[in-house]
Amino acid sequence: MNSALPSRAAHPPSVAVRASQEQLMGWLDQVMDPEVPVVSVVGLGIVREIRWHDGEDLPPGAKAPRLQVVVTPTYSGCPATEVIARSIREALQSHGIPDVEVTTRLSPAWTTDWMSPQAREALRAYSIAPPVGSAHAGIDGSQVVDIAGLLGAADRPAVPCPLCGSRRTRLLSQFGSTACKALYQCNSCLEPFDYFKPH
Amino acid sequence: MTDPKFEYLLRLGDNALVLSQQLGAWCGHGPALEEDLALTNVALDLLGQARMWLSYAGEVEGQGRDEDALAYLRDGGAFRNLLLVELPNGHYGDTVMRQFLFDAWHQHLLAGLGQSKDPRIAEIAQKAAKEVRYHVQRSAGLVIALGDGTELSHARMQASLEQLWPYTQEWFESDPVDAACADQGLAPAAPTLAAPWRASVEAVLARATLQMPTYVGHQRGGRQGVHTEHLGHLLAELQFVQRAYPGAQW
Repeated sequence: MNSALPSRAAHPPSVAVRASQEQLMGWLDQVMDPEVPVVSVVGLGIVREIRWHDGEDLPPGAKAPRLQVVVTPTYSGCPATEVIARSIREALQSHGIPDVEVTTRLSPAWTTDWMSPQAREALRAYSIAPPVGSAHAGIDGSQVVDIAGLLGAADRPAVPCPLCGSRRTRLLSQFGSTACKALYQCNSCLEPFDYFKPH
Repeated sequence: MTDPKFEYLLRLGDNALVLSQQLGAWCGHGPALEEDLALTNVALDLLGQARMWLSYAGEVEGQGRDEDALAYLRDGGAFRNLLLVELPNGHYGDTVMRQFLFDAWHQHLLAGLGQSKDPRIAEIAQKAAKEVRYHVQRSAGLVIALGDGTELSHARMQASLEQLWPYTQEWFESDPVDAACADQGLAPAAPTLAAPWRASVEAVLARATLQMPTYVGHQRGGRQGVHTEHLGHLLAELQFVQRAYPGAQW
């Protein structure tokens, strides 16, 4: 995406000095995940904190006010992470905030439990089945999988088809088009579909 | 001795980096499209983990080396990965068995590292552990499906297991780096992972109708930089662009 869009050049940005958290979150809610373009970075739950910096806590030479946006990556190797950081900077700059710093925070590790109900509904409407149930995936990381115990198809929760709603679906592939998805097929309407894995 | 923490972080980063590179070689060659996707997605997770470990290793070392310098500009003798991960991909069953043995160990290791006194190590491990839980479910399921499959697949998986087994022993041996990190509360001591790993492997092999080898391993040296002949070939491919065109950017 090019930050110098003509419409913005026609209206030079004025500094949105200390826009409120609600306003900022509203703007970030327009920044879509590049690989799942119906879910915003806010809906995905990866925006962890927004902070204005001015005065003493600014690094030498930095202009006040500086906005820091803290994001957490979804998967360690997700190639969208860098695009997302750039999109966030560009979106806020287009709203008149010139100095935006996007930083990464790993802990607590991202979980699909942080996805908003709106984001889940948007996924479904986009024909991607949202995560079923809570990931419960121990964000302390101390749990290990009882690998002998949870291998059968019967142990997996039913994933309703996002197209026809049937619960008669089956796993085709544990991985799909992106790191965050698996591939399923509906036994009722026969459509294959992406499933956003609980993580 | 160099800083044990730096050495230990290299071990973590190099395991992930080398195995990622190996799995990436399956891209376009998987036995089925689903497997092709899975192998490369696991590779991607591991690459992300390698980047986090190596970035931190570079910071700990304090000599100005970043993740790229460590990945692309070290020679084989400076790599600290376990021998198992550099062994050739072999046939698909070999890759699956190698992955399972590693994943089963990796998840126990990461669970321990998640409790590290070093907050950075703990947070990277907690992040990685979530991904590795998915890896081990998949690789364990495949070992069972292939081990308890046809006569041919069973025989091949048994042979893969026996071929790889000698390389698993070094994972549980203590050395000065490992002992120093364990003493400082940075990482679980290598020998403590033996029993949980063995229990995980035993349970899966039993369901896979595969016989656990009775002999112990004898191949060691990866963590100290003494590698098999395979690592050099792998690095030649991994590092070619940066070696031929220093500083080239994507």
